[in-house]
Amino acid sequence: MPEVDILQYAFMQRALITGIATAIVCGLLSCWITHMGWSLMGDAISHSILPGVVIAHLLGLPYLVGALVFALITVVLVGQVKKSQIVRPDTAIGIVFTTFFALGTVLISKVPSQINLSHILFGNLLGVTTPDMLQVLCIGLPIAILLILKNKDLTLLSFDPTQVQAIGLSTKTLTSFLLVALALAIVISLQAVGVILSVSLLIVPGACARLLTNQMRHMLWISPLIATVSVLIGITGSYYLDASSGGMIGLTLGVVFCIIFILKSLPKLTFRHILDKN
Amino acid sequence: MNLCVSQLCAWYEKKDREKPIIYDVNFSLSKGDLCALVGVNGAGKSTLFKALMDTIAWEGSLTWGKQPLSQARKQGKVAYVPQTEAIDSTFPLLVKDVVMQGRYVHQGWMRIPSAQDKELVAQALERVNLADLADRPLAQLSGGQRKRVFVARGIAQAAELMFLDEPFAGVDARSEAIITGQLNDLSKEGKTLLVSIHDINLAQEKFPLCLVINKTITAQGPSKEILSGDALLQNLGISEDTHIEEVLHA
Repeated sequence: MPEVDILQYAFMQRALITGIATAIVCGLLSCWITHMGWSLMGDAISHSILPGVVIAHLLGLPYLVGALVFALITVVLVGQVKKSQIVRPDTAIGIVFTTFFALGTVLISKVPSQINLSHILFGNLLGVTTPDMLQVLCIGLPIAILLILKNKDLTLLSFDPTQVQAIGLSTKTLTSFLLVALALAIVISLQAVGVILSVSLLIVPGACARLLTNQMRHMLWISPLIATVSVLIGITGSYYLDASSGGMIGLTLGVVFCIIFILKSLPKLTFRHILDKN
Repeated sequence: MNLCVSQLCAWYEKKDREKPIIYDVNFSLSKGDLCALVGVNGAGKSTLFKALMDTIAWEGSLTWGKQPLSQARKQGKVAYVPQTEAIDSTFPLLVKDVVMQGRYVHQGWMRIPSAQDKELVAQALERVNLADLADRPLAQLSGGQRKRVFVARGIAQAAELMFLDEPFAGVDARSEAIITGQLNDLSKEGKTLLVSIHDINLAQEKFPLCLVINKTITAQGPSKEILSGDALLQNLGISEDTHIEEVLHA
């Protein structure tokens, strides 16, 4: 078994741990992001963190700090521009994230540093250091636990926000929690898939799970499972083909979605059928 | 126990202060009242509910008994049945999952249902004749059945006060009969109900009380009098030569 061999490398172990942690968090979030219509928002946050990464590097801070600051700035700015109602919401998102991404590109080209642009853009899972891995675990684990504990409230928020208000909860608080969780998930997915492809880990697993089941509670384990399997296949493929890890993960997710989509189109052969029966 | 709404004004945004959608709304409902909320499109029926649910900017006083309505909501005393058109009908939930949402307010913060919660959900589904569809995905139901699911969610919540936003819009005769029957029973059980409705005849036949809204409350009292009186067109804000049913069904 070749997998046994590659597991002996410390870098491979770090890659697997980081990858699985990222997959679980993104896979969970994916269940709500796809229903909240936040795909573009995810794309926006991921692109906007580029300047944060560069600035953190300049200041000698962990890159996660810079990324997180810019992710949160994006969330607040998009909210403000949307609130003004002068431009459409998708326009507001587009303006904010392209400006930040452009700033990041300019910073990288002008500031002398050893930052490898392609690692930020497309991830570098096989090059994860131990501190990187610990940062991902420290952020990822608490989010995953909170998401699981509050899963029913989050589902209610994406299904019927008025009912959230009706029972005296605050839609604003729950929405903010989900947005911050989204920002953090994107920040930790930087290592695995990079800023460009992080949105694939946030959308595709949820979309796949939705094709397989009609029940949110099943989506909540199917989606992280699909994300995890895709990350494992992606890492392995990346190692043997010497290809970009982020690219391989994104590609695997796309292929998995296609397979499920085709299977689902075949009558009476769907997993959804089997799951719903039970 | 009274629902007391006084001096209520509401806006989409706080900055639109000069242009309130509804203004100076005053009314009160007593325990066991079954009241229709009648008005033309754009008269502010949904806005009134949004203000009661605190989803838009509003000013004034909203109380249930001696406590503010917001506090009553936190205690699960207020149930809301939404316009189902506003809900994603393909959302991956089973019928019983949706009805269980009515119990969340009485559960711990992880929303783990007790045996009693499950029993109340089953009873609520029984009351709206959907017990056999409890395990169906919401997406497989007809429009009328979906309305009944949300009515069942309101019943399962065991609230004292219920707001229903257009529960009869686009439903079949069978669902309409089941829902009106349940509203009557709930009223007899001492629940206070405010139901927005566009069908004047239905409001007259099935609802003892009514409120007429046209940006503000223009009439209130027994449905039979208010909805057949000469002043109805004026109260609704319709010019005399318009056919009333045309406007209400627009």
